[in-house]
Amino acid sequence: MLRSAESLKKLTGVVLLGTLIALLMGCTPSHSQSTFDTLGPVAENQLFIFWVIFWAGLVVFVAVEGALLYMVFKFRRREGDGDPEQTHGNTRLEIAWTIAPVIVLIVAAVPTVQGIFYADAGRFLDENGVSDELQVDVIGHQWWFEFRYPNPNNPGEQIAVANEMYVPVGEPVVFLLDSVDVIHSFWVPKLAGKVDMIPNNDNKMWFEAYQPGEFFGQCAEFCGVSHANMRFKVVAVPRSEFDAWLQHQANPAPEPSDPLAAEGKKLFRDAGCSGCHADTSSIIKLRDDGGRIPGRTGPILTHVATRLNHLGIYRNSDVPFENGSGARQLYVNADGIPQRADGQPFVSEAMLQNNLKVWITDPEALKPGNLMSRDGEPYMDPANALSERDIDALVAYLMTLK
Amino acid sequence: MTTIAFPIPRPTHPTGIWDWITTIDHKKIGVLYGVTAFILFLSGGIEALLMRVQLAGPEQDIVSAEIFNQLFTMHGTTMIFLAIMPLSAAFFNFVVPLQIGARDVAFPRLNAFSYWTFLAGAIILKISWFTGGATNAGWFGYAPLTSVQQNPGTGIDYWIVSLQVLGIASLAASFNFLVTIINMRAPGMSFMRLPLFTWMTFITNILIVLAFPVITVALIELYFDRSFGMNFFNVARGGDPVLWQHLFWVFGHPEVYILILPAMGIVSEILPTFSKKPLFGYPAIVLAGAIIAFMGWMVWSHHMFTVGLGPIPVTVFTITTMAIAVPTGIKVFNWMGTMWGGAMDFKTPMLYAVGFVAMFTIGGISGVMHSMASSDAQQQDTYFIVAHIHYVLFGGAIFAIFAGIFYWFPKITGRMYDETLGKINFWVTFIGFNIAFFPQHFLGLDGMPRRIYVYESSMGWNLWNGVSTFGAIVLAIGILVFMHNIVRSWRKGELAGGDPWDGRTLEWSIPSPPPEYNFVEIPTVYDRDDWWARKRREVRRAVPVAGGSGDEEEHDIHLPQPSYWPLVVAIGIFIGGFGLVYPVANYAIAIVGVFIGTVAVYAWSFEPVNDPEDGEPAAH
Repeated sequence: MLRSAESLKKLTGVVLLGTLIALLMGCTPSHSQSTFDTLGPVAENQLFIFWVIFWAGLVVFVAVEGALLYMVFKFRRREGDGDPEQTHGNTRLEIAWTIAPVIVLIVAAVPTVQGIFYADAGRFLDENGVSDELQVDVIGHQWWFEFRYPNPNNPGEQIAVANEMYVPVGEPVVFLLDSVDVIHSFWVPKLAGKVDMIPNNDNKMWFEAYQPGEFFGQCAEFCGVSHANMRFKVVAVPRSEFDAWLQHQANPAPEPSDPLAAEGKKLFRDAGCSGCHADTSSIIKLRDDGGRIPGRTGPILTHVATRLNHLGIYRNSDVPFENGSGARQLYVNADGIPQRADGQPFVSEAMLQNNLKVWITDPEALKPGNLMSRDGEPYMDPANALSERDIDALVAYLMTLK
Repeated sequence: MTTIAFPIPRPTHPTGIWDWITTIDHKKIGVLYGVTAFILFLSGGIEALLMRVQLAGPEQDIVSAEIFNQLFTMHGTTMIFLAIMPLSAAFFNFVVPLQIGARDVAFPRLNAFSYWTFLAGAIILKISWFTGGATNAGWFGYAPLTSVQQNPGTGIDYWIVSLQVLGIASLAASFNFLVTIINMRAPGMSFMRLPLFTWMTFITNILIVLAFPVITVALIELYFDRSFGMNFFNVARGGDPVLWQHLFWVFGHPEVYILILPAMGIVSEILPTFSKKPLFGYPAIVLAGAIIAFMGWMVWSHHMFTVGLGPIPVTVFTITTMAIAVPTGIKVFNWMGTMWGGAMDFKTPMLYAVGFVAMFTIGGISGVMHSMASSDAQQQDTYFIVAHIHYVLFGGAIFAIFAGIFYWFPKITGRMYDETLGKINFWVTFIGFNIAFFPQHFLGLDGMPRRIYVYESSMGWNLWNGVSTFGAIVLAIGILVFMHNIVRSWRKGELAGGDPWDGRTLEWSIPSPPPEYNFVEIPTVYDRDDWWARKRREVRRAVPVAGGSGDEEEHDIHLPQPSYWPLVVAIGIFIGGFGLVYPVANYAIAIVGVFIGTVAVYAWSFEPVNDPEDGEPAAH
């Protein structure tokens, strides 16, 4: 019937157009964790493979759904129809639609298998599992990330940081993934797909950042109450700036001169904070056989006041996040301190102070179930609760940890 | 048979509630399964809606992180084990004996036992909401998040015990259906004349029999870890959490086909009926189903592409997973071949069946996308996967189940559903479903992980999350229309007659609702789609064709009588299960449960056989 044929055309047009618009709206490379804005070779390769199967899938989609729509309009039962022709099958046709997908899948499998081996860190490792590239240990904790770098000054030591890692631009970095409690997953969407961090399993991965910038990372394996809040940032800077940053992280924290900060430092010990957090040095020795030893339970705070983001989430700077693809905004100076393009400190004192204060006042609100609010003496026992002045002193102290 | 004096006689002609409690009629048990599973489906839906409301906008605080984690864990467990599987079982029960020309299943009391045990398992799981918190480690329960150190509450224990009890129910039911389909086919009903739904039931139950022991072992190990300090998964003592993942997915992937194959069977019944054409490529569809079931055992590690198995295993599982798309594609193409050139009548079951083909194809395509490990590295554990599973399990399995409910509603109740409401129900559900789940593809590719209870506004996920929640509400309205239609039509619908659809298979050759004994005379089958052919045959062929398995000489109708004992055994299991949930102190309860169960099993065994007089159809 003419009418149904016309309406079929219209409907098909609307559906196709709608699908296309929706798909275009779905690709939003400007978003922080978009997998379409690939800024490193691993993510780029993975996106390429996505597009291979996406286009193949789109052809199948249009063919199947188009044929379905056509049939829905064409083969309707009408008043007075008898039985249609009783076909039971068609061997040739059935062989054809068995073989056609096989061919498509074989074609798609080739780049996929190449991609699997390309993304594997094995290509950088010699038979002893050692690589010439920078190797960073990534250790999952409920619910934060610990990163350990080899100490450039002493091969028997590591430098630990939390929730924010720096990598040199333009070179592959190999990651050794581990966890101290449950399974987590290490994922920086713009740089590489995820690999799980599993206790008692030595997983490895690698990525490279094409250009300087900040990249969002997030735990991708459900790991308990605050899984959603287990996030981190990757900061890519040129090699020389990376070296300066790492050197600075290796330095001990400065002694506070301000009296309130000094009071905070004393309180940091008296209230029990130092039981879980290191605050004077980021260095952790390796075992004699080169094995890693666990650090303290909580994140290392030695240079906490240089971190661009609090908990890997909340901005400590009024420079907005630029997704690693915009103009460069972050530089590390010769002392290893992050700066803005105009030479001012990148970290805003006011924002840092506010973030620290909000956190110390009620950690449960930001990261439900975390160990500090669950087991920390000041949060467990009302008699030992921190006063307003205690919190100010602790914040003042932490702000000196540059 | 020898008669042993037994103090409690079998119930005779119970009425009202006692009729339902003691019934061993496969049709009534099918209805019990269906109604119970639908209520549980609603509970899983409410859990889903609460999550969607929490995620409707950024930084919301409607449910807490802990509750959110319980919600998604219970939602997944409920929908898989308490909704889709038992809804499929409802059809196995009601339809399979009718399709093969049998009077009941092979073991009617075991069938009742399966239902009551399923109910026990369902209650144990759902009651954990009210006993200090439901399970919160995901439906996949990855170690070591389920360890007693990480998860000291009883939620995990309820989950373990519930799944074990449900496993007993599923295994008993599966053996029952396998024996029924192998042994109770009517004369002439050879395997290659079996209706497709019965075929898929057969394959599904083979999968259940082989898959559930694996999860049983895994759960026992986990239970021993938690209750007796063993170290299968205890990292601190050198246990390997990846072992759990292998065990879980060796079960879990066949489980996916346990969920979808019955749906494919339902659709393979509906498309030919409403197209007035035989199924296109029947042998190919049967074979594709069998191949899918077989290959389903070779793909489990595609759930583990990011676990770090190494490039060679990942390559192997990538290729096997891509390969499984081929038999799946064969099914889709053959369904389309069935419709091609047909005289399609778009009654509600047909709308849902065609909707199934359309939506399942989308889920299949996204499935191939993450069969490719490189592409999956970005998609794994994101909303892209959430979208995929819902296209397969809602657009797939649930659409087919709705199709089946409408299709067999006249047979089950003897009454016709309201066609207008049915169509409204389909379109609202279909549109709501797509609004709810299609945008989740975008969210996943935009880097939104699964199982997060909150996200920041700056992540750019606000729009599609809002749209998705809106779609979920539309979907819920569609389900309400469905409920209204079913409840109203069940009471006041027009009488349907025995064969309202010009059906093809034997269940349409008998009155609606079928009499308790199903067939006055066991039919002799001459053709695939025998009822359709019989209606169009002038003269019956004289010689019956061999191939059935039933007793061809049977003339008297012997029906087993109702029994109390299946329920009592299930009560024993229920009480015993509760005893296992609590650590040592409550093993007394477990012993009470075991005692009740044991006594009931003996009572069951020595129950007097029914009086043949009572089996006469004239008595009803």
